[in-house]
Amino acid sequence: MTRLIFPALIFLSFLFLPVLADLLGESVLRTMGARIMIYAICAASLNLILGYGGMVSFGHAAFFGIGNYVVGILYHHYASGEPLWGLIPGSNQMLITLPAAMLVAGIAALIIGALSLRTSGVQFIMITLAFAQMLFFLFVSLKTYGGEDGIIVRRTNALFGLNMRDKTTVYYVILGVATLYFLALWRIVNSSFGAMLSGIRQNERRMAAMGISTYRYKLYGFVLAGMSAGLAGALMANMLRFASPDTMHWTKSGEFMIMVILGGVGSFLGPILGSAAFVTLETYLAGWTEHWPLVLGLILLIVVLGTRGGIKGLIDRLLGGRS
Amino acid sequence: MTAILTVTGLCKRFGGLTATDNVSLEVKTGEIHALIGPNGAGKSTLINQLCGELAPDAGRIELGGREITHDSPEDRVHQGLGRTFQITSLLEDFTVRQNLGLAIQARAGGNLRIWDRVGARRSIWAEADRRLGESGLAARAGTPVADLSHGEKKQLELILALAGEPRLLLLDEPMAGLGHVESQQMIAGLNGLRGHVSMLLVEHDMDAVFALADRISVLVYGQLLMTGTAEEIRRDARVREAYLGGEEELC
Repeated sequence: MTRLIFPALIFLSFLFLPVLADLLGESVLRTMGARIMIYAICAASLNLILGYGGMVSFGHAAFFGIGNYVVGILYHHYASGEPLWGLIPGSNQMLITLPAAMLVAGIAALIIGALSLRTSGVQFIMITLAFAQMLFFLFVSLKTYGGEDGIIVRRTNALFGLNMRDKTTVYYVILGVATLYFLALWRIVNSSFGAMLSGIRQNERRMAAMGISTYRYKLYGFVLAGMSAGLAGALMANMLRFASPDTMHWTKSGEFMIMVILGGVGSFLGPILGSAAFVTLETYLAGWTEHWPLVLGLILLIVVLGTRGGIKGLIDRLLGGRS
Repeated sequence: MTAILTVTGLCKRFGGLTATDNVSLEVKTGEIHALIGPNGAGKSTLINQLCGELAPDAGRIELGGREITHDSPEDRVHQGLGRTFQITSLLEDFTVRQNLGLAIQARAGGNLRIWDRVGARRSIWAEADRRLGESGLAARAGTPVADLSHGEKKQLELILALAGEPRLLLLDEPMAGLGHVESQQMIAGLNGLRGHVSMLLVEHDMDAVFALADRISVLVYGQLLMTGTAEEIRRDARVREAYLGGEEELC
C-alpha cells in the first residue's frame, strides 16, 4: 500500500491545483499544471523506450509535433469546410482528434522506427534526430498550414458538450486523459511485453539467445511511445489553441530528454517530477533572466552528477527506501 | 544412432585467415561431444557460426535433419538450439528468479501482450521455482545477478539455456574461471543431463572433457584433425603433436 501513497499524492496535487490557483489569484499555476501534465505524458512515453527499453531517441518531438498538427489541420479543414485531399473531413471533436493524432503519430513512428532501429548507439540517436528535423522543415514549408507561423485553433475541441472555453474545464479534461494514460502505461510496464523490453535494455545478446527477435519488440515499443507523444501533442494544441512547428524542433526533443533525466531514467513517476521541475524552472527562471537555459544547464549538471536516478532517486533515498 | 547436428564442409575466412577450414562434424542424439583444440584453433568461430551470430562463407548446418545454415540466432533457438556464453551474458539488473522467468516466458511466447500482468502468469513462475529448486541457486533466487559470484553466474547460464528446453546445447567453456570445487559441481550437473539433451562442449579443462565426453573432435588451425573416443584421442600422435607440442601425455 505504501507504494500507492506517492502516486496518490501526485494525483491529489493536480486535482486541487486549480482550487489553489483561484485562492491565490495566480491563474498561472493552473496553466503550469496543465503544461506539466502534457509534458509528463510525452516524457513518460520517451522514458518507456529510453528508460525501460534502452533506445535513446533524440527525435521524440517529431511525434509530439505530429499530434499537435493533426489537431491543427483537422480544425483548419473543419473551419474552412473543405475536406483534406478532398477526402477527409475536418473535425473539432476531441473524441475524433485525439485518436486521430495517436494513429498518425503511430504510423509515423512505425516508419521512422522501422528504419532507425536497424542501427543502435550513436547512429540511432543521429537518425532519429535527422527524421525529426526533416519533419520540422517539412511543416515549416507547408504554407497552407501557416508555414513557420503555425495554425491558430480558434476554439478548443468539443467534448461531451462541456464548456471548453473555460480554462479550468480544459485543465480537468487534461487531468482525466493524463490519469488514464498513466494507468495504461502502468499496465504496459508490468505486462509480458514490459518484461521483454526491460530485458532488451539490459542485454540484447542474451534476449536473442532466449529466442527473442529484439527488433520486433523494440519497434513495438517505439510505436507505442510515438502514439503517446502524439496524444500529448494533441492535448497541447487544445490547451494553447495553436499548432506550431516549434513543437517538433530538435530543442523540444532535448527538453523531453532533460525531463526524463531530471526525473529519473527508467522510473515510472520520474517523468512527472522531471516535467514539473522543468516547467517550474522555465517559468520562474525565464521571468528572472533571459539566459535561463544556462541556469537550467547547471541544475541538470548537478542532478546528473549528484543524484543517482534523478529527482525520483533522490526522494527514494531521502525516504530511506529502495532505489 | 541418428545425428542431432550435422555440419558439412563449413568454411569461414577473415581476410587471409581461414578460421574454419572445410569442417565436417556430427553430434549424435544424446551424446556429449567435446570440441577441443589449442588457442586460435577456431573453436569460438565455429560455435558462433553454429548459433548464428556469424554467417559461414560455405557449407551446411543441419539440426535434427533440418537445414539452419541461414537462420537467424532466434530462429535456431526455436528449432531447439540452446547455448551458454563463455563470458557470462545475463540480465544484470534482474534477480536470478526474474532472469529465469524471462527465459521461460521467451519460450512460452505471447510476449507482445501489453495488457496482461507478467507477475500473474502462474505457470511461468511455478516452472521458474521448480527449476530453481532443482538447481544449486535456490537460496539466491531474490539476488540481483550483478551481485552473484562468477561461479554462480556460470551456473545461471546453464539454467537459462536449459529453460529453453533445447535439443542440442552448445556449451562455450562452461568451466572457464571456475575453482576446483565449482568445476566438479558443474561436471556433475552436466553429467546429470546426459541422455536428456545432446551437447557440444567447447572446453580447455581436459579433466572435464575426459570426464564428460562420449566423443571428442580436435580442431587445429581451423581444420578438423580427428574425431574419436577419449581413449583414441589420448593415444593419437598427431593430436599430441598439434595440441601439446609433442609432450608425452595429454592429461
